[in-house]
Amino acid sequence: MKGRPEGLPAEVEARPVVLEIHDMTHFFGNLRAVHDFNLTLKHGELVGLIGPNGAGKTTVFNLITGVYVPTEGEIFFRGVNITGLPSFEIIQMGIARTFQNIRLFSNLSVLDNVRIAYHPHAGYSLWDTIVRNHRFQEKEAELTERAQEFLAIFGLEERQNDIAGSLPYGLQRRLEIARALATRPQLLILDEPAAGMNPQEIDELMDLIHFIRERFDLTILLVEHRMRLVMNICEWLTVMDFGEIIAQGLPEEVRNNPRVVEAYLGRQAIEIK
Amino acid sequence: MLSKFKGDTLYFIVFSLVLFVIVQALISLGVVNNFWRGIIFWGAAITMVTLGLNLIYGFNGQFSLGQYGFYAIGAYASADITYRWVHGDASGLAVVIFGSILSLVFYALVAAGLRRFYNVSTMTKFTAYTLATILAFWIVAGFLKGPLTSMAMGVVGNMPPKIEQNVVFFFALLGGALLAGIASFLFGIPVLELGSDYFGIATLGFTIIIKVLLDNTDTILGFPEMKGARGMIGIPKWTTWPWVFVSFMFVVIVMRNLLHSSTGRAILSVREDERAATLVGIDVASVKILAFVVGSFFAGLAGGIRAHDLAFLHPQSFNFIQSFNPLIIVVLGGLGSMTGTILTGFLWIILLEGALRLYLPAGFETWRFVVYPLILLLMMLLRPEGLFGQYELPFLRRPLPAPRKKQAAKEVAQ
Repeated sequence: MKGRPEGLPAEVEARPVVLEIHDMTHFFGNLRAVHDFNLTLKHGELVGLIGPNGAGKTTVFNLITGVYVPTEGEIFFRGVNITGLPSFEIIQMGIARTFQNIRLFSNLSVLDNVRIAYHPHAGYSLWDTIVRNHRFQEKEAELTERAQEFLAIFGLEERQNDIAGSLPYGLQRRLEIARALATRPQLLILDEPAAGMNPQEIDELMDLIHFIRERFDLTILLVEHRMRLVMNICEWLTVMDFGEIIAQGLPEEVRNNPRVVEAYLGRQAIEIK
Repeated sequence: MLSKFKGDTLYFIVFSLVLFVIVQALISLGVVNNFWRGIIFWGAAITMVTLGLNLIYGFNGQFSLGQYGFYAIGAYASADITYRWVHGDASGLAVVIFGSILSLVFYALVAAGLRRFYNVSTMTKFTAYTLATILAFWIVAGFLKGPLTSMAMGVVGNMPPKIEQNVVFFFALLGGALLAGIASFLFGIPVLELGSDYFGIATLGFTIIIKVLLDNTDTILGFPEMKGARGMIGIPKWTTWPWVFVSFMFVVIVMRNLLHSSTGRAILSVREDERAATLVGIDVASVKILAFVVGSFFAGLAGGIRAHDLAFLHPQSFNFIQSFNPLIIVVLGGLGSMTGTILTGFLWIILLEGALRLYLPAGFETWRFVVYPLILLLMMLLRPEGLFGQYELPFLRRPLPAPRKKQAAKEVAQ
């Protein structure tokens, strides 16, 4: 199958397809940022997208989540063509993402950050809001309760009324992931979740990623620079350089692939090796 | 009946009612003379305009200079309705109210129709909604004007005069506010897509366009009773304290209820980070339009209140220099603070329009445009978050949900 390495277990291959990207190409003006990108994710997989700076990884994320519309190619999510849909609709269909540099609503409370993600499922209308009827009170209480449960899962419940911007870095990352999950995704896209973290925080992050994957039955795609994280948790990897896929395979294969080493370290590194 | 309300809400209701009775008593007893009564009403109108701006700018983050344009639309539209009514012509009322209602019906149809298409461009949306509006008013003004006018005349005109006046005034205020809302909706669709600064410039343009149109109401727009740049006279002086109070409370309560809800949080999230808001599934364009339309509706309502107190409208009072007033008030009071806006709005009018004229030597008011920028400059240097910052009166404060019970929390953790 296109967009997947060979030799994955048959049990995995039998699962339904979650995300399918066909020959996606994207231009910024005359710059070809992404070229003939193919990727197929099956349910429950944890896949890494790596590559040197400027390889086009974040652009791929932005294309999947509808921030940009691809110049060519199509994206399918659970069989539905989502190419060109507005971002908020794609998110509501079940794709969530985090950002390279954390983007919380930093002047709002921790709880509100999560409650905002529940907005499309709030269940009451504008009229209910203004007249404050029974329906509003009920649904609002229910929504708050669910958001609090959510924070409890992530160990943030004690700080629910703190301002999000006042949390320490690691907790902000956690909150961002919690907020993304509150949109009830099936596919979670993490953009450099370990950026700026120390080794201990990275260990915690790995545990967290494993935990949410089990708990919420997620498929995860992550971009990361920290090889330790990527090699440890990803089931297979896609490597990009200059907007093109240069390798797809298991972490071990990718690590020894000469094109990958060249992309990261330059040609001389291979010769020295 | 009051037992339904608890805590802060109850205090707020009691406090407002007491305030209402005191002011009404002072007016009835003649302690507050006509000049100060006018100042209070003016303060309320400006505060309503400014609350609308705070919703748009302070809570939703869209820098707007167009608020006075919508204020003007509300003022002129409602004034025209009542003016025509007292001259025995119900057509103003019939056309504005039924035209607006038909427009809203058409909007629902257009929205349902557009939902079937993939990726509708902004200009297509704008064109569709504009055509729907034109069609609605064309149908009402062209074909149904006669029957609707005689129907309005028949129903309202046969009421006892006191009731008739209040009913007509209600519909005039509603009509003015609806027209302002419709105008802001149509204007907002293409313009809110622009980034914040460009949006500010576009709204400034809107205010100027409205001012120029008002200068020419009698010639190009075809409303001879508005008398163009000479100013509209003969508007019935119907604004009374109960009307001011009810309109003001309507604005405060609607805005407060809107903000303290899921929609309100969506409005705040757009201010905080548009990109992040989109990527947690919030329809940013609709949220912006909602805040803009509600804010403009408030301005239109305030326009009606002001017009029927002053009984005289002049395009010069709606020029773009004036449109900075609500902006200064909102910044002084604190962006995103309803309490700040309310207190500063009233203080602004009472001090600068009331006290300044009475107690300072004549001619001092010409210094206003030296004083305003200075105040704003000092404010920015000394207290950039505004006089009241994020402070809110208990009733207006965002509720902080209590933590869940420990038991429930444990169950989840297991």
